[in-house]
Amino acid sequence: MPKGEVAERQFIRFSRLQRILHICMIVSFMSLALTGLTLKFSYTKWAAVLSHLLGGFENAGYIHRSAAVVMFGVFITHLVDLYRLKKREHGTWRALLLGPGSMMPNRRDLAELVGTLKWFVGLGERPAYGRWTYWEKFDYFAVFWGIAIIGSTGLTLWFPVFFTRFIPGSFLNVATIIHSDEALLATGFIFTVHFFNTHLRPEKFPMDITVFTGRMELEELKRDKPREYEALVASGELEGKMEEAYPAIVTRTIRAFAWGALAVGFSIVLWIIYAMLFAYR
Amino acid sequence: MAETKVVRRKFCAGLRIIVATLVATVFFLLFSGSPGRAADQPGAECLACHGDKTMSTTRAGKTVSLYVDGKKFATSVHGSFGCTGCHADLEGKDLPHETPARVKCGTCHATEQEQHARSLHGKAVARGDALAPRCVSCHGNHDISPVKDPRSAVAPMKVPFVCGQCHREGTPVSRNRPIPQDNILENYSESIHGEALLKKGLSVAPTCATCHTPHLILPHTDPASSIARRNIAATCTKCHSQIETVHRKVIRGELWEKQANVLPACPDCHQPHKIRNVFYAQGMADADCMRCHADEKLRRARDGKSMYVNGTEVNHSRHSEEPGRLRNVACSQCHSEVNASRVRPCETIIHAVDCTACHDEIGKQYVTSIHGQLNGKNDPNAPTCKECHGTHGILGKQDPLSSTFATNVPALCARCHREGQKAAVRYTGLQHEIIGNYTESIHGTLLKNGLTVTATCTSCHTAHQILPRTDPASSVNANNVPTTCGRCHHGIEAQFENSIHAKRVSGFSKPLPVCNDCHTAHAIHRTDENSFRLNVMTTCGRCHEQIAETYFDTYHGKVSKLGYTKAAKCYDCHGAHDVLAVADPRSHLSRANVAATCGKCHAGATRRFAGYLTHATHHDPKKYPFLFYTFWGMTMLLLVTFVVGGMHTLLWLPRAFQMRRELRAAEAEHAATETPASKESPDA
Repeated sequence: MPKGEVAERQFIRFSRLQRILHICMIVSFMSLALTGLTLKFSYTKWAAVLSHLLGGFENAGYIHRSAAVVMFGVFITHLVDLYRLKKREHGTWRALLLGPGSMMPNRRDLAELVGTLKWFVGLGERPAYGRWTYWEKFDYFAVFWGIAIIGSTGLTLWFPVFFTRFIPGSFLNVATIIHSDEALLATGFIFTVHFFNTHLRPEKFPMDITVFTGRMELEELKRDKPREYEALVASGELEGKMEEAYPAIVTRTIRAFAWGALAVGFSIVLWIIYAMLFAYR
Repeated sequence: MAETKVVRRKFCAGLRIIVATLVATVFFLLFSGSPGRAADQPGAECLACHGDKTMSTTRAGKTVSLYVDGKKFATSVHGSFGCTGCHADLEGKDLPHETPARVKCGTCHATEQEQHARSLHGKAVARGDALAPRCVSCHGNHDISPVKDPRSAVAPMKVPFVCGQCHREGTPVSRNRPIPQDNILENYSESIHGEALLKKGLSVAPTCATCHTPHLILPHTDPASSIARRNIAATCTKCHSQIETVHRKVIRGELWEKQANVLPACPDCHQPHKIRNVFYAQGMADADCMRCHADEKLRRARDGKSMYVNGTEVNHSRHSEEPGRLRNVACSQCHSEVNASRVRPCETIIHAVDCTACHDEIGKQYVTSIHGQLNGKNDPNAPTCKECHGTHGILGKQDPLSSTFATNVPALCARCHREGQKAAVRYTGLQHEIIGNYTESIHGTLLKNGLTVTATCTSCHTAHQILPRTDPASSVNANNVPTTCGRCHHGIEAQFENSIHAKRVSGFSKPLPVCNDCHTAHAIHRTDENSFRLNVMTTCGRCHEQIAETYFDTYHGKVSKLGYTKAAKCYDCHGAHDVLAVADPRSHLSRANVAATCGKCHAGATRRFAGYLTHATHHDPKKYPFLFYTFWGMTMLLLVTFVVGGMHTLLWLPRAFQMRRELRAAEAEHAATETPASKESPDA
């Protein structure tokens, strides 16, 4: 299918709830990153300017905690959604986790990783990926890890008086380091590796907005996820997963939002690099 | 019956007359000097000859009476001694005796004799000066009465005339002897002293002898003289004992006597013999001065300086007599070198007005101040009294119109100390923009709001003892600053003096901070103002370098750095003026107090909560190993993740671009076969 032309009907990759959760996560993550990093890099002039723009440090704190609540909400909603998915389609957790559309890493992912690396260096063909590639699975579980680590330390720092009933006061110092460095890891990874791997790959330029529209062109499905395409064709479920494309105005709006998020993300990356390399203390 | 009564009364009256006459006769016989008793009286023998009024002799060609009034002698103080009591050399001599030797009063009156001998008069006698007075010249000879007896020649009322015998105009003494004063008797009799004595009969009013002493009369050039410069104040204050209340210089130190050489002595203003209750009434009254100086065009010939004196200004000044003002100070009391004997009394003025003649204490302070020191070196920039206080229109510091009224003080000092002005350009220290900073400071703001008791320049620097802070005596010397500030901030000073910052407590030899090190000298702000709260970390950090730096590594420091004023600053935990070592049980951070200190912000804070390390750094493996290793663990995780993720992406890039090229090629091929109907954005 030629570029610039949109098929009447497109393959549905993400549910409406998943798309909403991703947007919520972007907004919440960006807010958390911006407000949190002002504190982490409080010694840079940027931080002071940003803190001021955010309505002062106190306000930034409110934003940070509100966004954290949203993030927890997103996380819990996703778990509830998983539970409903299990009930609807799989019956048991085991079926959900080990089924073909599962996010659970498996042996094939390892093989695909090796195959991909070979393809990178010209030692083989590009592997025929399924519904979720190994890097997508990595990103997915990175969120779990992040929520656990950043969320728990964050709560400790939010309610220090309460938590020091159970832990020594100096653990708050440890929690601070973990919270902030893990956040740095998350921010840095999302705004570079995730951006590139998922949204900005040159062949998808200017941007892959599948996660916002929920739809991808069939051509793209065939090209990027051949194994899933073949499985869907074989099972005859493909036609049931096709829907009409969004009108241009919707995709344009989505693109604008996505570019905005991207711009903020890149700015943050630049700021991190500047703060880490030139102003670190 | 009635007739019998009348007869008896007549008889009684006749009897009384007879008895009275008898008694009078007996008394007459007893007490009238009968010739038979005269030989027993002292000197009666001498009076046999000298009682003759015509008795005389010839001495140096002059006829001298040798008559002695026996009655007067008998009633004199010496009457009971007889003639030979004094003329001892005539004792037992045959008559007619030779001319007796000069009577030696000193035989009995040794002290007086000795004083006289030392006196001007006595020395003149010794010189053989014919005009020199001896005892008899003043006291007389055979009729000497006690001084308290009004008949005495030296009774107070008569003293001026006794002295005046020689010391009045036209006498040989006044003409032939070098006496600097003239018209002495006339002046005295017109003076307030003479008037009191002679016209009003006030016998305690001073006579000549009161000031000059009766016998030890010495010229004023003799240091021992009662009228010598050194002694005149003591002489005058014998009567004018409360005079210091007028001449305040004498209140402390009795400078008139101690520094008589530099200070005006009484007669400098109150001319001898002419003393009036208002001494300058004679030619030096303000009105006389104003005859010339009220002219606005009056200029000094020498340099054209205006000599105009604004009379209204003077009348409203602190030196005028208006109710509530100090007292009336006349022109010549300040311009003291006037000389009333000149047509222009002011022509003898050489020196500038010396305010210290009255304002002695302040003068002493000023001399030691930097202003005074510079003035002593004739520095043209050095301010003297008038630069700050003005001249004729001088007002008290309580007067809102005064340049030294609290609200006007900063502007007054600013005349020289504002940036660019003459004092500021010579200044080499660290304090700049002091006037501007002060104006915006809490003190300056309060002053602007009319709080006159707030600190102005002089509150800290003093008004007259201003010294640079490097001077140990300066009120703003580091050692004195707490006391200076403590004059108003009393409780604070007490706290500070018990804190670790007090030398007494810490025992440190190195310089410790005082008030201005944290609060600044002139730009002092309220401590609850953001600017102060946000700057205090760096302020403390000037000395506590490391601890301030690590403060910025933890939450409180980081948010403070972002301008959050509510987060705990140094003094919120350590205390401000009562800061103590953490180990001190009284410290806000001691084991017993720390939870409560945290609890000020963190309600419900426990001892364990207080275990939070507010100055922790993850850069110190020895002090904070778990922080250090946590940090490096996290950093390794980051590095590994980024390296792996980054490598993966970088390796991917060439393939991704290859894919892009292939897709483009396929598109181009497709476009060649059919016309595309683009529904999407044409940005591809």
